[in-house]
Amino acid sequence: MKKKILTTLIGCMALVAGIIYAADHIDAPGVTGPGGTSMGNDLTDIYAFQNPSDNSKMVLVCNVQGLMSPTATASAKFANNTMYEMNIDNTGDNVEDLVIQFLVQNNKVRAYGPFTPLSTGMASTVKADAVYTETTVTPYGTAPIVGTNTNGIKIFAGPRDDPFFFDLARFKEILGGTQTGFRNPGVDAFAGTNVMSLVIELPKSMLGTGASINYWCETKTK
Amino acid sequence: MKLSFFFLTFMAGSFFISCKDDKPAENFDTSGTYLQNDQMARPAINTVFVGAPRKNEFNTTIPTSMNGAFKTDFENVLTSFGYTTNALGQTKSQFASLLVTDVLNVSLTGATTFFDGTNVLTGRALADDVIDTELLLIFGGPAGTLNPGLTKDNVNANDKVFLTSFPYLAAPF
Repeated sequence: MKKKILTTLIGCMALVAGIIYAADHIDAPGVTGPGGTSMGNDLTDIYAFQNPSDNSKMVLVCNVQGLMSPTATASAKFANNTMYEMNIDNTGDNVEDLVIQFLVQNNKVRAYGPFTPLSTGMASTVKADAVYTETTVTPYGTAPIVGTNTNGIKIFAGPRDDPFFFDLARFKEILGGTQTGFRNPGVDAFAGTNVMSLVIELPKSMLGTGASINYWCETKTK
Repeated sequence: MKLSFFFLTFMAGSFFISCKDDKPAENFDTSGTYLQNDQMARPAINTVFVGAPRKNEFNTTIPTSMNGAFKTDFENVLTSFGYTTNALGQTKSQFASLLVTDVLNVSLTGATTFFDGTNVLTGRALADDVIDTELLLIFGGPAGTLNPGLTKDNVNANDKVFLTSFPYLAAPF
């Protein structure tokens, strides 16, 4: 009996895990699994697009803590031992030439940079004398509290609707061999769920002088 | 003279105090070394192409090392999907190489979109149907016409309207 319950439990856990894997949601078992370091470190999606009404500006987004219900969102926080780091390669070698480092402490958020990092790769330190932009973390249910800087940078940090959409459940059934194709209409597995967002808008000239950049995000803890 | 000096000192003191009051977070702790936990760029890459036993490893691999460490895994997944070539004309090896280095290519000089019918992989806008683009490239074959039941998920937009100004993402539910 015990064994049967255990088997069922493991089966259910596998099913849940299978269903909730997404764009990158819950794809960091070392962070969110048993003994994980912090839910606040699980990246869900990143975005990069130019300001729709000013193409001299770029918007970079880094989302964490996916699949939150409204109730969970009301008490969600950014981790204060975490660096949320946007990495920019502007020479085409996939090594970061610039970073923007977000820190959240006492309900304030600071975005340091962009600046040339002291070192590249897995370990990062904050360049404390780098230019930074600061604002208050926007509480749930409150209008966005935008931080601005005279250098043209704007930042936001707080809960937002998860912009990602995907019939993930059906995709998993296809991979599992129980379905052969998508349904129409599909069912958005992310409907009604929220994320914690970090958003920055800055002049493109701060990112590089070439035709393109490569952009990725990392969460790092101390 | 003495009085104005006093007055100035007093004013300077007030100014200093009010600065501190306006910026209580002046004492941000910037000490220490932060070590990597998670990494991502393109949507669903780790999800689809990396098996559970190696997900943490992928998250703690820097982009320049991803090709060497994970390209074979990516090719094997493409093989299991019956991949031959795609609408970008990429062989399995070429497509695996593109995907395995998990960075988002972003144009500084033109449209910024995952795919808008013309531009491909020049950014990622909030409304981009990135999953359909990836499904098409994985399952659609050289003309995007193969496996029509697998090349779109029929969820074509977000469940909330995006804002037209900063911060662009919609308010939470």
